[in-house]
Amino acid sequence: MRSKAKICTEENKKTEALLKVKDLSLSFIQYASGLRQTELKVISDLSIEAYSGKILAVVGSSGSGKSLLAHAILGILPSNAILNGRIEYDGKELTQEKKEEIRGKEIALVPQSTTYLDPLMRVSNQVIGCVEKENEGLMKKVQREIFQKYDLKPNVERMFPHELSGGMTRRVLVSTAVISSAKLVIADEPTPGLDEKTLNETLNYFKDMANKGCAVIIITHDIEAALKISDKIAVFYAGTVLEVANVEDFKNNGENLRHPYTRALWNALPQNKFQAIKGHQPMQDEVTDGCIFYERCSKKNVLCSKGIPQFKDVNGGVVRCNNVS
Amino acid sequence: MCLKGENISFGYKRNNLILNNVNISVDRGEVLGLIGDSGSGKSTLCKILAGYENNHKGNVIIDGKKVPSKGYNPVQLVFQHPEKAVNPKWKMKDILNEGHIVPQDILDSFGIKKSWLNRWPNELSGGELQRFALARSLSPETKFLIADEITTMVDAITQAQIWNIVLDIVKELNIGVLVVSHEKNLINKLCDNVVYLDAINSVN
Repeated sequence: MRSKAKICTEENKKTEALLKVKDLSLSFIQYASGLRQTELKVISDLSIEAYSGKILAVVGSSGSGKSLLAHAILGILPSNAILNGRIEYDGKELTQEKKEEIRGKEIALVPQSTTYLDPLMRVSNQVIGCVEKENEGLMKKVQREIFQKYDLKPNVERMFPHELSGGMTRRVLVSTAVISSAKLVIADEPTPGLDEKTLNETLNYFKDMANKGCAVIIITHDIEAALKISDKIAVFYAGTVLEVANVEDFKNNGENLRHPYTRALWNALPQNKFQAIKGHQPMQDEVTDGCIFYERCSKKNVLCSKGIPQFKDVNGGVVRCNNVS
Repeated sequence: MCLKGENISFGYKRNNLILNNVNISVDRGEVLGLIGDSGSGKSTLCKILAGYENNHKGNVIIDGKKVPSKGYNPVQLVFQHPEKAVNPKWKMKDILNEGHIVPQDILDSFGIKKSWLNRWPNELSGGELQRFALARSLSPETKFLIADEITTMVDAITQAQIWNIVLDIVKELNIGVLVVSHEKNLINKLCDNVVYLDAINSVN
C-alpha cells in the first residue's frame, strides 16, 4: 500500500501540486441569543497549492483565521464548523476519513506552542507517538538521532514539557514532524517571540525538510521570516487569499507586487517606509458585497464594490484585484 | 526627570539569578530600545521597573525618589498579549476607563470606534485590543511607558499604525518609553538609543 503511494507521488512530483485547496469556505454555527443560530464566516473562497520540495508561506495578521486553514486540512475542526470547497491531496480528494488516516503519518502539523504538548508525558514518548511494541526500539533509535541532529541533549528526552525553554520546545515540536517522515508539513506560527538566532535555526529546520522533498506550508504573520525561506507567499486577508506572489517580487517599493494590500504590507515594514494605511481588517460579522479590501483601498472604483474579483494570473503570480492587468 | 533601575538583582530560585546587578535608565521624552536573547530576563526587568515584582534587590527610582506603592503608578507596562491583560467579563468601555477617564482625542488618534466600546474583549482582534491597552495606559499622570513586545503578535500594517500613534502621543505628553523587541529593524526605526541585555546581565 505504502510503496504504491510512493510511486504515485514520484511520478506526480514534478508537475502536480501535492496539496490543492480550491475555493475553501469555513463557517461556524453560533448561538446568537436564545435558540437563534447565526453563521459566522471565517474563511471564504480560499485557494492555495503546495508543491513537494517547496515552501509556501501563508502570511496574514493574527486572528484572521490562518490557523483554521491548518486545522481544516488536518480535519481537527470543532463540530460546529461547516467546511465547503475541495481539498485534494496527491491527486485525490481529501475526505474526513482520509484525513484521519494519513494525519500524523503523511501530513504533520508543527503546532504553535507548548500548549499542544501533553504536560504529563515525557517528551520522547510524545515525539515517538503511538507505535506497536515491536517497532518501539527502532523508533527510539530514530528519535535519538533526530534529537542529536537538533542539538537536544540525551537528558532532554526524559524531561517534561515545562522544563524546556522556548527554543527547545520548538525543536521538540519540529522533531515530531520529522520522525513521522511526512510528505506535507504544516507549521502554524513557528516563529513569534524567538530571538534572531533561534529564529534562523527554526527556519533552517523547515528549509531542510523542503530540501528532502517535503511540501512545507508555513503559516505566519511575520513577513520577514517568511521571505527568508519561502518560495511563494500567499497573502491572507480577512479569511481569503488576495495574492500569491514570488519571493523575488518583494523588493524596493514593492512595484512588482500585484495587490494594493500586499504593497501596503511591504511598505509598512520598519526597514521600508514604516507607513501605515488607515482602517481595520473587517470583522467576521461585517459582510461586504465587493472586494474585501474595498474600504481601505486607494485604487477602488465602482466595479470593486460589486462582486468579489476573480483570480487573475499576472507575472507568474495570482491576484484577486480588478485594477491589475 | 528619569526612571532608573539601580543594581537590580532577581531570581526565582536563590541560587539561580536571572538578573544580576543590572543598571538601566530612561529619560523623559526618550525612546530607549532593549534587546536581548530569549530568556535573558527582559520581561522580568520590565515587570520590576513597573512595580509588578517586588521581591528584588536594588532600587527603582524616579527623580531620586522611590516609586510610590499606592495610587496611580507613573510607570505603565503594556504586554505582548492584550487578551491576557483585559478582564474577559467586562465590556470594553469599563476596561478602558478603569484607571482614569480616557479623553476622546486619545480614542480618536488610536482610531477606537464608538461601537467597539460596547463589545466584549473576545469580540475584538489582538490589534484592536492592544489599542485599548495603550490608550488606557497613556494618562496625563503616566511618565514612563514600558512596551514589552507590544506589536509582536500583529501584522506589519497594524504595527506601523500603532507605533506611529504611540510616538506622537508620547512626544506630546513627554513620556519616556522603553521598547522591548526582538526585531532589530523596528528598534532601529523607533529608538534614540539601544541597550543590550546579555547573558551575564550587564546592560551596555
